[in-house]
Amino acid sequence: MSFIYFIGLLLLVAVGFYFGRARAAGVERSTHLHSRPSYHGAFVVLSVLLPMLAVFVIGVPIADRIVEAQTVAALDPEVAADSLRRGGALREVYDVASGRSKAASPQIQRAADVYASVRGYAQMLILGTGLVLGLLGIAFGLRSLSARFRARNHVERVVKIVLLACASVAVLTTIGIVFSVLFETMRFFERVSPLEFLFGTQWSPQTAMRADQGGSSGAFGIMPLVAGTLLITTIAMLIAGPIGLFAAIYMAEYASPRFRNVAKPILEILAGIPTVVLGFFAALTLAPWIRHLGELAGLNVASESALAAGLVMGMMIIPFVSSLSDDVINAVPQSLRDGSYAMGATKSETIKKVILPAAFSGIVSAFMLAISRAVGETMIVVMAAGLAGNLTFNPLEAVTTFTVQIKTILVGDQEFDSAKTLAAFALGFVLFFFTLTLNVIALQIVKRYREQYD
Amino acid sequence: MTDIAMPTVRTADVASDQARARVRVRYRAETRFRLYGLCAIALTAVFLVVVITDIVIKGLPAFTQHRLVLPVKLDPAEIDPQNTRNPTVIRQGDFQAPVRDALRAIFPEVTDRAGRRMLDGLLSSGAVDRLRERVVADPQLVGQTISAPVLLSERADLYYKDIGTAISRRASRGTATPSATSGDITIFSTANDFAPDLITLKQSLSVKARAVRRDADSLRQVVRGLEVRRVEMTVTPPGATTPNTVLLATQIKQLEEEIASLSARVKELDDQAASMQGRFDTTDRPETLDSSGPSLLVAINGGVVKVTELSNGRVAGTVLLPLETMADAAAGRWEVVTYATPEANRKASDREVAWLERLREKGLVESAFNWAFFVTGDSREPELAGIRGALVGSAITLFVTLIICLPLGVAAAIYLEEFAPKNRLTEIVEVNINNLAAVPSIVFGLLGLAIFLNFMGLPRSAPLVGGLVLALLVLPTIIIASRAALKAVPPSIKEAALGVGASHQQAIFHHVLPLAMPGIMTGTIIGMAHALGETAPLLLIGMVAFIVEIPGGLTDAATVLPVQIYLWSDLPEISFQAKTAAAIMVLLVFLFVMNGAAIILRKRFERRW
Amino acid sequence: MHAMVHLERPAGSPANASNMATKVFARGVNVYYGEKHALKDVNLDVPERAVTALIGPSGCGKSTFLRCINRMNDTIPIARITGKIEIDSQDIYDPTLDVVQLRARVGMVFQKPNPFPKSIYENVAYGPRIHGFAKSKQDLDEIVMTSLKKASLFEEVKDRLQDSGTSLSGGQQQRLCIARAIAVSPEVILMDEPCSALDPIATAKIEELIDELRANFTIIIVTHSMQQAARVSQRTAFFHLGVLVEEGATETMFTTPRDRRTQDYITGRFG
Ligand SMILES: Nc1ncnc2c1ncn2[C@@H]1O[C@H](COP(=O)(O)OP(=O)(O)O)[C@@H](O)[C@H]1O
Ligand SMILES: [Mg+2]
Repeated sequence: MSFIYFIGLLLLVAVGFYFGRARAAGVERSTHLHSRPSYHGAFVVLSVLLPMLAVFVIGVPIADRIVEAQTVAALDPEVAADSLRRGGALREVYDVASGRSKAASPQIQRAADVYASVRGYAQMLILGTGLVLGLLGIAFGLRSLSARFRARNHVERVVKIVLLACASVAVLTTIGIVFSVLFETMRFFERVSPLEFLFGTQWSPQTAMRADQGGSSGAFGIMPLVAGTLLITTIAMLIAGPIGLFAAIYMAEYASPRFRNVAKPILEILAGIPTVVLGFFAALTLAPWIRHLGELAGLNVASESALAAGLVMGMMIIPFVSSLSDDVINAVPQSLRDGSYAMGATKSETIKKVILPAAFSGIVSAFMLAISRAVGETMIVVMAAGLAGNLTFNPLEAVTTFTVQIKTILVGDQEFDSAKTLAAFALGFVLFFFTLTLNVIALQIVKRYREQYD
Repeated sequence: MTDIAMPTVRTADVASDQARARVRVRYRAETRFRLYGLCAIALTAVFLVVVITDIVIKGLPAFTQHRLVLPVKLDPAEIDPQNTRNPTVIRQGDFQAPVRDALRAIFPEVTDRAGRRMLDGLLSSGAVDRLRERVVADPQLVGQTISAPVLLSERADLYYKDIGTAISRRASRGTATPSATSGDITIFSTANDFAPDLITLKQSLSVKARAVRRDADSLRQVVRGLEVRRVEMTVTPPGATTPNTVLLATQIKQLEEEIASLSARVKELDDQAASMQGRFDTTDRPETLDSSGPSLLVAINGGVVKVTELSNGRVAGTVLLPLETMADAAAGRWEVVTYATPEANRKASDREVAWLERLREKGLVESAFNWAFFVTGDSREPELAGIRGALVGSAITLFVTLIICLPLGVAAAIYLEEFAPKNRLTEIVEVNINNLAAVPSIVFGLLGLAIFLNFMGLPRSAPLVGGLVLALLVLPTIIIASRAALKAVPPSIKEAALGVGASHQQAIFHHVLPLAMPGIMTGTIIGMAHALGETAPLLLIGMVAFIVEIPGGLTDAATVLPVQIYLWSDLPEISFQAKTAAAIMVLLVFLFVMNGAAIILRKRFERRW
Repeated sequence: MHAMVHLERPAGSPANASNMATKVFARGVNVYYGEKHALKDVNLDVPERAVTALIGPSGCGKSTFLRCINRMNDTIPIARITGKIEIDSQDIYDPTLDVVQLRARVGMVFQKPNPFPKSIYENVAYGPRIHGFAKSKQDLDEIVMTSLKKASLFEEVKDRLQDSGTSLSGGQQQRLCIARAIAVSPEVILMDEPCSALDPIATAKIEELIDELRANFTIIIVTHSMQQAARVSQRTAFFHLGVLVEEGATETMFTTPRDRRTQDYITGRFG
């Protein structure tokens, strides 16, 4: 049906455009037109397109609702009452109606017949309405045309609205994220108290799945995840902070253009390596090395130590820190450098005593963005960090993080509405708002920093 | 003002020794600081090189594959009993049997069930796929004997890739007499040919004994510590309440159990060490070999014997490959062979190693580029698994991403850059876009799960949903890049267009947008590269399933390359590790090509206004 | 005519005329920015403890010449310098000479005030600190105070030495930069249009200050304002298109210029 509908739509659009333009061109021969003929054509196209799309977008979901309601009504009441069995029966009905399988019972057959006929009606109705409106659109468009008709202005207004709609998708995405985590989180908090969630020191959603334990077993305390995330992020920042900053300083202040041409791609390549690749390296190469080294030193290193994940994550963030810091350092005005050099300061003295203090807020914000990045990173920790919620700050032990737990809970079979599944969304909620706060503050600082030196 | 007391003028002290020393110190600090910067970059470079080298080293073996070229007799009775020569019938035919027969023909002595199963195990379960296709394409082959390359199993393939064992051979000095040609036999040597092996064995025994004793000692230490604790605990602290005592009692009990089990283990270890030491001390008794040490074999009279009992001039063992005769073998005509890796630590058993070596000696093994890796889907058998499914999945997903986010992103950028009124709302939209670019990717997965799957009811594991999620994920990147590109076009261009009477939109769509296009494309390619490497959000919308079929549409269950990498990396087989690394290499190649294209585009169309 | 006076001191040159020792001695200085020949064969003697003004239309190379004297051009990668510049008969482009030490002897004040984003105190203390001139905290306080006094800024800021240098007004910032420069007791102070970003009152203060500093320092100042040159300087050098056209006692230069171009510039026909 959709296929036919859109063929019809395309056809009407083409016809509308052709006639609109031809008619305008005809008029143009005798008088001066306000808008070019193509705009007249485009106007007709819009007067076809908009109503037809509206019919489709509004009509199809409504029709689906109605068809489903009718089909369900044709099923046995007891089947219809049970949501699980209803779903199964409906699937069967669809299969029968599309001829993929034979009806297993007369009940299904009946429902399939109802389904087919109601669906047929609904589709015919949509198709008919759409085509009629499309034709009316052509008529309306053609009638509106005249020499003085400002087709272009009308078309441009629609284009502008479309552009606005596109721009609002980003906002809708944010709203979508907020709502999708917020709702499930609220439902989660109906079962587990927020205090327990935030301050509990036990994390084991698996055990809490048993009905008798419910949500009150204290297994949903996120402190171990906070500790794990903090630990790995700290390790990562201990690596990425100094290395990234020094790399940025070198690139901005010391490097010759030739050296920069070599070094910059290195950083960019590293930045472009997917984290799943780095996770593979962390889990299969670095972690065994570290364990081996630990054995040599007589230490007991977990096979999924926080250290391996943190080190590789630090490496991942280096390009991030260095490119942000590089920008920030470059924004420090040359006059400050000149002032310092003219005093007889060496380059490093100028950097340490003038440039870095001047760029301090910018660098802080770069670090904040890097931390937010580390906290939200998933694949490296999924592959190289553990699953057990250990409340520890020992980098040689296995720890787990927010992202690992979200992934673990939501991948594979999940039951809806269980506290465990909802917990993943609650974790997502915390993660989202934590990183959001960091980002907002950091971006605000950067903005003010840039204004300061503009 | 002039009468301000000017202190005596001090000129800067630059010439004294002190001043010079000071300057030297400062310059040293300068050098050091500079070195830190250089080290930081060098470290980053080293890391990058290490990662890439590690992956290439791990991944390269996956690009070759070993095959056995066997003379296969295509018996019509097994393949096409009715003699139809009809391709559909032939496709149903049993190709397994003729291939197995061909292999068994090489080792006719293998008649026992276990042996045969082991022999069949050298071949991949998908060994005959190619052969079948070949015969289906050319039915005339039925009834003939053709030389067909068949795929080896993972363990055989790995063995040939040198992940098996190091093999050393030592020529003999004496004449050897075997007692039989098959079964369990003994071999006498006239020149104590086996003495060196016996010495090695005894030495390793002593080393092991020492290690075991050390273990036992450290365990003893632990036990002692636990005992002290127990004593401390039994002395009840004064004023202890009842629940505490109960708790204490259970703890003490636990402790005692632990002590008991550890003590038993200590004794076990002590015994072990003693027996090893005893074996080391007695020189005259023959030693038995087990799978925990290197394997010792004797290659004699065209056969191979696995040694199970060893003394200076005599060995007893099992025949792995039958001897041709029972005749004496002269010095130099027979060899003592060692498989260095203990049998317990490798996948291929001694018998398999003997077979595989024999096959290689016969020149039946060939190694070829593993094209199958690119043209097959996922599989549970490492030697059959390929990335085609993931590649196609990635392509479909990226296609969806591209057709959604490019128009959307460019339109949004045009609106924000050119039409948006400068007010609070626009500011909020901008802040929002910048923040969206920094939202963790897994959160987009939550969005996809909650909105696209649960709310809108779109199918799980579908490239359509994956593409949608990735489109939202890279949308901010594309908007930001497009805005930058639009901003880089000087206003004079637009003004010129407006000056000749173009409308605002005409000026933008006719003049500004085309000039900004290279920049927009560069940003888009970089965004797409980002999307190609993205994994986490796709895990949440179910693109992690084990999917063998190549996806053909927007709603087929599919996976993508990075997710395939993640899935394989979790598998224990060592060949899957190689496959993972190989898939990573493919992914990286794609990413390099995309980023390279972006750079070239930027260089080529870069305009200095 | 210029070709003849190359390497020996020209007769009637300032050093001889007014019995002032030559502090900075430049011969055959050429500067190239990549391909661009920005300064052509400049010869100039700058007398000690006097103010020498460099004037000329913009882009003629005044700043370029000034920056040669403390080798600030070293910080521009594409800049290339030939010729000879001596301070107290010591070649400052001698490879064994340390540029860091040179700059401690030759201070500089820039066109736009560029205080570091630190406290007023730290701004002034910066130079003595990096050069290790102060033995103790008292010593440093002393240097900061006298420098601020010499720069006529002390009275205005003595209560807020810990405030940020950027919180001062433009004129105060420029005086802070002067204080910063003199805190290391340089022998020469280079000033590149120090008043061009300031209002008339702030300008007057700086000019007054320059006049006072003359007693202790050799000052070379680039200025766009003829009046300023006349007010503060004893000697004036006129640059045009990278060439030093004419130089001499300020009074003579403004009353009886020898070169046609100088006359045109002074009377405002171009520039
Ligand atoms: N950093 C530089 N790079 C390239 N050219 C420069 C640079 N600085 C100055 N120039 C050029 O050198 C010439 C002299 O400049 P400058 O000495 O700054 O002139 P003034 O200070 O007299 O106005 C000008 O033409 C200018 O364009
Ligand atoms: Mg200048």
